[in-house]
Amino acid sequence: MTTGQSMTAAGSSSIGESRLDVEQIRQDFPILGQQVNGKPLVYLDNAATAQKPRVVIDAIQEYYQTYNSNIHRGVHHLSQVATEAYEKARVKAQRLLNASESREIIFVRSTTEAINLVAQTFGRERLQAGDEVVVSAMEHHSNIVPWQMICQEKDARLRVIPINDKGELLLEEYERLLSERTRVVAVTHISNALGTINPIEQMIEMAHQYDAAVLIDGAQGAPHLPLDVQALDCEFYAFSGHKFYGPTGVGVLYGKGDLLDSLPPYQGGGEMILSVSFEETTYNVVPHRFEAGTPNIVGAIALGKAIDYVTHIGLERIAYHEDELFRYATQQLSGLPELTIIGTADSKASITSFVMDDIHAHDVGTILDQEGVAVRTGHHCAQPVMDCFEVPATSRASFAFYNTKEEVDVLVEGIGKVIEVFK
Amino acid sequence: MSLLRDLYQEVILDHSKSPRNSAQLSDANRQADGYNPLCGDKVTVYLKVEDGVVEDVSFKGAGCAISTASASLMTQAVKGKGLAETEELFKRFHGLVTGKAEEGAELGELMAFQGVSEFPVRVKCATLAWHTLQAALEKEAGIISTE
Repeated sequence: MTTGQSMTAAGSSSIGESRLDVEQIRQDFPILGQQVNGKPLVYLDNAATAQKPRVVIDAIQEYYQTYNSNIHRGVHHLSQVATEAYEKARVKAQRLLNASESREIIFVRSTTEAINLVAQTFGRERLQAGDEVVVSAMEHHSNIVPWQMICQEKDARLRVIPINDKGELLLEEYERLLSERTRVVAVTHISNALGTINPIEQMIEMAHQYDAAVLIDGAQGAPHLPLDVQALDCEFYAFSGHKFYGPTGVGVLYGKGDLLDSLPPYQGGGEMILSVSFEETTYNVVPHRFEAGTPNIVGAIALGKAIDYVTHIGLERIAYHEDELFRYATQQLSGLPELTIIGTADSKASITSFVMDDIHAHDVGTILDQEGVAVRTGHHCAQPVMDCFEVPATSRASFAFYNTKEEVDVLVEGIGKVIEVFK
Repeated sequence: MSLLRDLYQEVILDHSKSPRNSAQLSDANRQADGYNPLCGDKVTVYLKVEDGVVEDVSFKGAGCAISTASASLMTQAVKGKGLAETEELFKRFHGLVTGKAEEGAELGELMAFQGVSEFPVRVKCATLAWHTLQAALEKEAGIISTE
C-alpha cells in the first residue's frame, strides 16, 4: 500500500460538487459495513470516537511494515523517513488549524493531555494566589479537573460561566466574571453533552480585554468546523486524533509560538533537552520541549493521513452535510412526545442528547444496541451539565459525515422499540 | 425482540415502574451508599438487623430499570432472612446474572434477572443494590462503587 493511493471518497465524489457522495465515502470506512446483533451497524457515537478511513488504517500498517524507527535520533535511513513523516504530520495539523508556524503544533496523547500540559506549564508559571481561571458549566471533566488541580495548588479560584435552559452560555455573566484577576479562560468549542457551538471568537476577544489567555477545547469542534486559530486569536486550541478519524493516543495542542517559547517544560526526559549534565539541563526549543520521550510516532503520522482525508473532502462540505443530518434528526426526534431533547441552543452541531419519560438512558442504549444502533448513554464525562438539567444521564446520538438520513430513521424506529418495551 | 423480552421481563418492568420498599427506613441501624460511575446510578440501602436477621430493608435511589427493579426485588427477597442466608442469596443471584447459575439454585422471583447474563454490561446494574446491601451488612464506611 503506498501512501495517498486510496483517497477514493473525496476523489470520486468530485470536489466541485457541494454534496457529499456518502455511499462512496462509506466504502472508505471498513468498519461501517458490518452487522451488530444481526442488524446493520448504525454508528452514532462519533462524539466518543470516530471511525477510521482505510487510508488511516493503512498508514499505521505501512509505518510498522516499512519504516518503523525512532525519530530525531538516528542517522540511519529509516529514522530519517520516520522523522520526515512525523514532521510532515505536524505541518498538516498546522495547515488544518491555519497556525502560522509548524512549531506551534505540539503532539500530545489527547485533548486531556493538552489541557493538562497548559495547566501545568502556563498555569504553574502564571497563576498566583487570588488569580482566577474561568471555565464554563458545559465543560467536559477534562477541562475542569486539570484547572481545579492547579487552582488548588496555587490558591487560585475557579469561576464558572453559567448556562441557560437551552444549554447556551450566558455571555453577560461571563462578562461579569472577567476581571484583572482572570488569567485563563478555558472553554469548549462545541459541548460534547449538548452540541452547543459556543461563540468563541467573541469570548476570546472579551477575555483579551483583560489580558487573559484563552484555551479552546476543540475535541468536538475540530472534526466538525473549519478552523483558523490566527483569526480566532486564541492562545491555545486542543483536539484529539481519534475524534478526527485518526487513531487513539494522539492529539494536538496548538499554542501561540511566543507564548510557548516563554513556558517551562511539561515533562522531563529525552527529546525535550538540548544537553544534560547532573548539574544542569538545557531545554530544547518549541515544540520539542513539550514532547518528552518517544512520542506516538505512528499516531501522529496516521492523524496526518486523517487530516489529508478530511481536508480533501472539505470541512465546509462536512459541516453542511452534518448540519443537514442533525436538523433532520432533531426534527424526527422532536416529533416523539415521550422524548425530550437536552440542549436546544440556537447554534448547535452534530450532537443530539435526549432523555425519555420514565426510561433511563442505559435502558435506551441497550435496546438501541439490539437494533444495531450505537449511541452513548450516561453523563458523557460532563456531570455538571447533567446537574444543570437535573437528569442523571442522557442518551446521545452524534453524527459524522458518513452517516445518512436512513440511519437517523433506524434510530427513530429503535426509539419506537424502546417505547414498545416499556409501554 | 426475544433477548430484550428476556431482559425486560414483566416483573422487572413492574418493579422498575413501581418499586417496593423504596423509602428511607426510619429505624434503620445500618445503611450504605452504592454508585455506578458508568451510568451515574446511585442507591442507598437501609437495613434493620436484629439478632442476625434482616428485620426490615428498604432502598432509595435513581437508576435504570434493571438497577431499580433489582433493588426492589432484593428488598422483598431478603426481608426476614438470616445474614448467612442473605449472603448465600447474593451468591446465587450473582451466579444467575453472570451466567454461572448453580444447578437448581432457589431464587424465586429473582429468576427474572436471568436475561441479564446475555448483557454483560448490565450486570453492574443488576448487582449494584446487592453490593450495597453487602456493604451495609459489613458496615463498610463510605460509598460502594461498582468500579
